[in-house]
Amino acid sequence: MSDAKPKEDWSKPAAMAIPKGGYIGEPQRGRYGPVFPKTPACYGFSIMAKIIPGREPVFREYAKKIETAVAKDPHCLAILKLHYLRWVLFDIGGATYFMYQGIFDTDFDKYTEDAVSLFGATGIDTVFENLEGFPKDWKTNAPAFVKFVREHQQSSFLEYGEYPFVSADEIKKALALKASFSAMLDQMQ
Amino acid sequence: MSVGAAMLELNDIQYIVLARAPAVTGRYEFLSFRDAAAGRLWLAGILERVPSVEQVRKSVKEDQSWISVAFTHAGLRTLGLDESSLATFPEEFRQGMASRADILGDEGAHHPEHWVGGLGTGNVHAIAVLFARDSKERERCVGAHRALVERCDGVEVLSHVDLEATPPFEYAHDHFGYRDRLSQPVVEGSGDEPTPGSGAPLKPGEFILGYPDESGPPAGLPEPPELVRNGTYMAYRRLEEHVGKFRDFLREHGKTPEGEELLAAKLMGRWRSGAPLVHRPDKDDPEMGADPQRNNAFNYKSEDPLGYAVPLGSHIRRMNPRDTGANMNRRRMIRRGGTYGPHLPEGAPDDGVERGIAAFVICASLVRQFEFAQNVWVNDRNFHELGNERDPFIGNHDGTLEYKIPKRPVRKKITGLPAFTTCRGGEYFFLPGLKGLRLLAALGG
Repeated sequence: MSDAKPKEDWSKPAAMAIPKGGYIGEPQRGRYGPVFPKTPACYGFSIMAKIIPGREPVFREYAKKIETAVAKDPHCLAILKLHYLRWVLFDIGGATYFMYQGIFDTDFDKYTEDAVSLFGATGIDTVFENLEGFPKDWKTNAPAFVKFVREHQQSSFLEYGEYPFVSADEIKKALALKASFSAMLDQMQ
Repeated sequence: MSVGAAMLELNDIQYIVLARAPAVTGRYEFLSFRDAAAGRLWLAGILERVPSVEQVRKSVKEDQSWISVAFTHAGLRTLGLDESSLATFPEEFRQGMASRADILGDEGAHHPEHWVGGLGTGNVHAIAVLFARDSKERERCVGAHRALVERCDGVEVLSHVDLEATPPFEYAHDHFGYRDRLSQPVVEGSGDEPTPGSGAPLKPGEFILGYPDESGPPAGLPEPPELVRNGTYMAYRRLEEHVGKFRDFLREHGKTPEGEELLAAKLMGRWRSGAPLVHRPDKDDPEMGADPQRNNAFNYKSEDPLGYAVPLGSHIRRMNPRDTGANMNRRRMIRRGGTYGPHLPEGAPDDGVERGIAAFVICASLVRQFEFAQNVWVNDRNFHELGNERDPFIGNHDGTLEYKIPKRPVRKKITGLPAFTTCRGGEYFFLPGLKGLRLLAALGG
């Protein structure tokens, strides 16, 4: 369960230093393990894993696939409650690693569970299949998927929000409101 | 009918999973076994009284009572199930409901340290669920069960709950007066037809182990297969309803009798008659509330996206977000149970006697279905961006949360929502099929 505090002030930029391990104080327990904290930059993860050698082109091809899927149905990822996704490939000692960084508004376990169902429902296979150690039975074993993601999560030690704690839905509402006001003012000219 | 559906083994699945007994009374008994021999003797003595779906469908008109039996993880261990099999059961079931209190929102007054009847202590090994057509039959069954327990040295009844249909209405309703049993999922192959709005039949594996589910063939099942097939999980919740407090709240914030009824409807998402606010936003329609062809036929995204009829945080909008929820076919649950405790007459002051709902949630995955509902739908303060709300009825309330009722031109916001219910106990049970029950009774022999 997300535990948004009622007094979170979007107008006051905020930074949060996160202790080693990724939790602030005693972590709240989620369905599949401790709940990563909500920070001024909302919920999120930075998953880093080694890719199976030679699979880099699959990742680049997959990016095109997602681009096409979202262009076709702009709301196809809506259930993940995302703000941003950033995917990065980089080298360490000759091996290629993948970083999947996401900022979103649901808790970690729900995000992963929803992602599994989304991949399954749309027939989009996950690019995670090209990572070393990824469970082969992920389609029928959401807990194994969650476990892999948790094991490869690298917690932030600092997060910052210029408009802290605000959800993507709230931002979209504010923009819609602004657009409505603009339209109203136009009508009154 | 699909191939999977045709395979549904209605002669092995315990009736409670797919059928509802025409009962107005009942009793749950919570049992503890000193050792395997005691537990097996008890099980051998009761299992012939546990009917399958098929049996109940054939004889329900003549039957006077119906029994179901299920076990906690500690119960399976005490019966002598081997450790390697025990380890294959999912973590949440192995840990038990009390151990998952923080995930479920069972904190403060709901915390397991306050639970009653031995629930959550690790001592409950089994439950016998009795539903009966009348109180005379219940007493007969209670006597027969007492005799069985007396014959089984080392079996102890830790506690029991007596169920009674509560007045004043003829139909099923809770102590707050809300019509119950309005929205249930239908299992593919069960032969049941969903009422309009209840969704298409779901793959059996969502509720019964060993069958395809909404994501494909069965996978990751516990062992051994002959114990697990046709079994399911059953989360038990004993929820006390604070009727006096609820009525006081309605009087305080509703102002007039009509205002009280509307507020009661806004908290639930339906009028107490069952009529859906989506279709009857301003005035109750008891006839619609009683009509299964109409009382569940609605959606939110398409018919009430902003919650002007059904507030975004209302009970039914949280427990079944319908077209506003993601991945809904993997979150559905079958509910069974009834009310316990005496009716509090309208106008009478709260008498301090415990009354409430003793309910079961039946699902194939406690973590994906029941715990998800508790964790995300019921207790997430930010559900639908509400910021500072929980389910008005079953969420964990400490008086600091609020409830927002969308209304033109300005919404109504009630602050300091009190707790209308308190969880008084619960357990996770595994409810085997009939062959599974026989296997357990014969363990070690």
